[in-house]
Amino acid sequence: MTNWETIIGLEIHAQLSTESKIFCGCSTHFGDEPNANTCPVCLGLPGALPVLNRRVIELGARAALALGLQINNRSIFARKNYFYPDLPKGYQISQFDQPFSANGELEIMTAERDDAGHPLEWRPKKITITRLHLEEDAGKNVHEGLPDIDRYSYIDLNRAGTPLAEIVTEPDFRTSWEAYDYVNHVRRALQWVGASEADMEKGNLRCEANVSVRRRGAEKFGTKVELKNLNSVRFMHRAIEFEVERQIGVLEAGGHLQQETRLWDERAAETRVMRSKEEAHDYRYFPEPDLPPLEVSDEFIANVRDGMPELPEARRKRFMEVYGLSFPDASQLTSERSLADYYEKTAAASGDPRAASNWIRTELLRELDAAGLTAQDSNVSPEALGTLVQLINDDKISGKQGKEVLHEMFKSGKTANAVVEERGLVQLSDTGEIDRIIDEVIVSNPSQLEQYRAGKEALFGFFVGQVIKASKGKANPKIVNERLKAKLSS
Amino acid sequence: MADNGKTISELASGIKSGEITARAVVESSVAAAEKLNETLNAFLEIDRDGATKRAATIDSTSPLAGIPIAIKDNICVQGMQTSCGSRILGDYHPPYNATVIDRLLSAGAVVIGKTNCDEFAMGSSNENSAFGAVKNPWDTSRVPGGSSGGSAAAVAAGIVPVALGSDTGGSVRQPASLCGVVGLKPTYGRNSRYGLVAFASSLDQVGIFARTTEDVARVLEIIAGRDLHDATTADVPVPDYASQLSGDIKGARLGFPKALFGEGLDAEVRASVEAAVNVYRDLGAEIVEVELPHAQYSIAVYYIIATAEASSNLARFDGVRYGFRAEDAPELRQMYRKTREEGFGPEVKRRIMLGTYVLSAGYYDAYYRKAQQVRSLLKQDFQKAFERCDAIITPTSPTPAFLLGEKVDDPLAMYLNDVYTVTANLAGIPGLSVPCGLSAGRLPIGFQLLGGYWSEPTLFKLAHAYETAQPFTERPPVHAD
Repeated sequence: MTNWETIIGLEIHAQLSTESKIFCGCSTHFGDEPNANTCPVCLGLPGALPVLNRRVIELGARAALALGLQINNRSIFARKNYFYPDLPKGYQISQFDQPFSANGELEIMTAERDDAGHPLEWRPKKITITRLHLEEDAGKNVHEGLPDIDRYSYIDLNRAGTPLAEIVTEPDFRTSWEAYDYVNHVRRALQWVGASEADMEKGNLRCEANVSVRRRGAEKFGTKVELKNLNSVRFMHRAIEFEVERQIGVLEAGGHLQQETRLWDERAAETRVMRSKEEAHDYRYFPEPDLPPLEVSDEFIANVRDGMPELPEARRKRFMEVYGLSFPDASQLTSERSLADYYEKTAAASGDPRAASNWIRTELLRELDAAGLTAQDSNVSPEALGTLVQLINDDKISGKQGKEVLHEMFKSGKTANAVVEERGLVQLSDTGEIDRIIDEVIVSNPSQLEQYRAGKEALFGFFVGQVIKASKGKANPKIVNERLKAKLSS
Repeated sequence: MADNGKTISELASGIKSGEITARAVVESSVAAAEKLNETLNAFLEIDRDGATKRAATIDSTSPLAGIPIAIKDNICVQGMQTSCGSRILGDYHPPYNATVIDRLLSAGAVVIGKTNCDEFAMGSSNENSAFGAVKNPWDTSRVPGGSSGGSAAAVAAGIVPVALGSDTGGSVRQPASLCGVVGLKPTYGRNSRYGLVAFASSLDQVGIFARTTEDVARVLEIIAGRDLHDATTADVPVPDYASQLSGDIKGARLGFPKALFGEGLDAEVRASVEAAVNVYRDLGAEIVEVELPHAQYSIAVYYIIATAEASSNLARFDGVRYGFRAEDAPELRQMYRKTREEGFGPEVKRRIMLGTYVLSAGYYDAYYRKAQQVRSLLKQDFQKAFERCDAIITPTSPTPAFLLGEKVDDPLAMYLNDVYTVTANLAGIPGLSVPCGLSAGRLPIGFQLLGGYWSEPTLFKLAHAYETAQPFTERPPVHAD
């Protein structure tokens, strides 16, 4: 433990999953021709006015409720004024002193990691979310890949006016892993309730970190630095680690830190000054006169709440209590809503929730990952996987056969029974037949038999393997064990 | 060309009966505009081809069939320019119609041109137009008022029966008064602002000029009402304004704010407006003294709120996407600076600086927030006053039209022109300016009627009663044949 304590606060911008923009009817579709999805409103043409998209309120409410925030019955849009070519109106419509929602307390699970990145001990941690407010995104300046790019910059305003939820925490994080786990928690929560795709690679979830350090025991916060350009959770983690080291280095050398904004450069693996405090903007926020206050009734909030799925934490707890799953297993199964749904259906169909958990987490996810699919696109339905688990539990096929069957099911979309029948994979449980195979195996391995009888009991496994092999994998391992034990010791 | 100078009703019945054609009416209007523009500089664009083409296709049963109309050059009309009287917009042509324009076109009106105005509607004399001042048809050495001076002059000179302007602090009512026509600033939220280039969004409202209250009412019922493109329009039914004009006004209570008839008010204007009060008394109205204790702060409050909003609204004129862009500015900041330096006129720059200042960190509470608080108090003043009366009467402008150049070097004196009009914008209530005679120097004088929210029918009825009792039939020396 060092003498320094790290203090981190996070700002997340999440794009809300609407079909159209926040203040006009243009599509939010990603990847279209530059400026294809624009109109007088999002181009900031003279005379055009914003009108709030109702869907934004609903998705904003879902996001706020999923993160434990209180939704304000009345919030105010405000103009954030600054000049930049990708900001067509010269101001961004955002919210300032009366945000859409505030006062959230969120419990996340977090763990420090060892050098290999494996979690040490999972523990709960409470994070205060100061606010979640609604705003519009800016467009994009393009500096490459177009004619005369050495002389011109281009502007693509397709993204201008895309709805965002900005989620701001208190400086509650003490380690970079806490920040890492929080961002993943928020991502999952937003995806879970359908508020955002929250995909950092696509840029529809962006993150900024305010980082400072102070001597352990000190009450005053140190000088904070804002980190930008954190394009993945991993980058964010690395940037914070770098920045903490940098700040401690400066302070231990007797230097002073500047309050500034720094950019993470992933290639150089360092943070660099983007602008100093003196260059910071005065945004001259004031209430947006073109939009009336946003009124949200308690009834509306209740309706949104009623329409929300059970949240991931609640579901994880229930999986542990009702199905007897471990924390890591339950966490894994609640990492995505479609996976949790899939699991519950499989658990019910199989009658064995723990076996269902094992099959999904190991075999099914491997197949899905290999095919680049999520649970909801799985070629094997939960009911089909449940049947497979049942066949194994009923000793109709062995676990090893089960893996083969699942692979085939995944490939062909056939049911477990169909694959078993086709391949003649019925498990061999006939003791007479198994005895015959055991006898053959014993006869053909006299030296091993001798050693075993002389006390080398580790060879038992060798015999089991030989018998299963001789049965072409069909022999019921439980019976093989019983019969083999009896025969070897007779 | 006997059609010029006629009212909507006269023209409409003529067109309907076949006595005259929409085409003839429009052609005569365009011809008058072209001819008189040399003297008045009221139009920045006259669309002869578009207007005559359109007039030929008009369905004569539409309520405004074939009525020629002039539009202030800060309201978007597709196919025509929108310069806002500024260099910075260059030859900007909007790709869409303002909602009020769509509604006028659907009603059969024909836009004949875009009228000159103070740059971005900032001014009270029209001298802030980048394209030269408009001249007052009553005396071409004098200002027409502002900022909608071109629209006011076009109606006063008989070029069109009706024109649209915008009123942020009096920009329809004051030039209406100075040019001797009727001018309405409706209740905030009555008309759509979609397509009106914003000056101060919480104060702006599209207004109407005409020679009679009836014509103003006819146009308002076409353009008023909720617009899904403007979240500040109200979902309040639009009455049939023009059919509710007549009837006696006996027992109507007319508020008289005595304190506003004191210092700074021209003696002739006072006498003329007081005479109007007597006309109302004779018509059976009850004159009630009212107080507006916070009205004395309204100019200060107005110039804080209006400039604050303007500083933000005008940020989009940055040379990036449309309009003027300065040459020889290879670097971004440089391009912004030069474009705005060369593109905006001095009054616009002054207001952008004022507005930027009052919103800046450390000053917001002292200026902007305080101004909003006083604005609330002013609203309460009016609410209280309207418990005691149906409408309030004031002068529209403290003086008749002043000389071109008289106040250009004294912005404060210029701002004080708005002393009677800005209150309506701050409170969001309607205001109507009605001509009530000429000064000894044959310059028009107007009075203003203010009412509570959505009280346009009351204002129209009161104005119509006055017009019937005291018809204003004088015509300016510069007038269409």
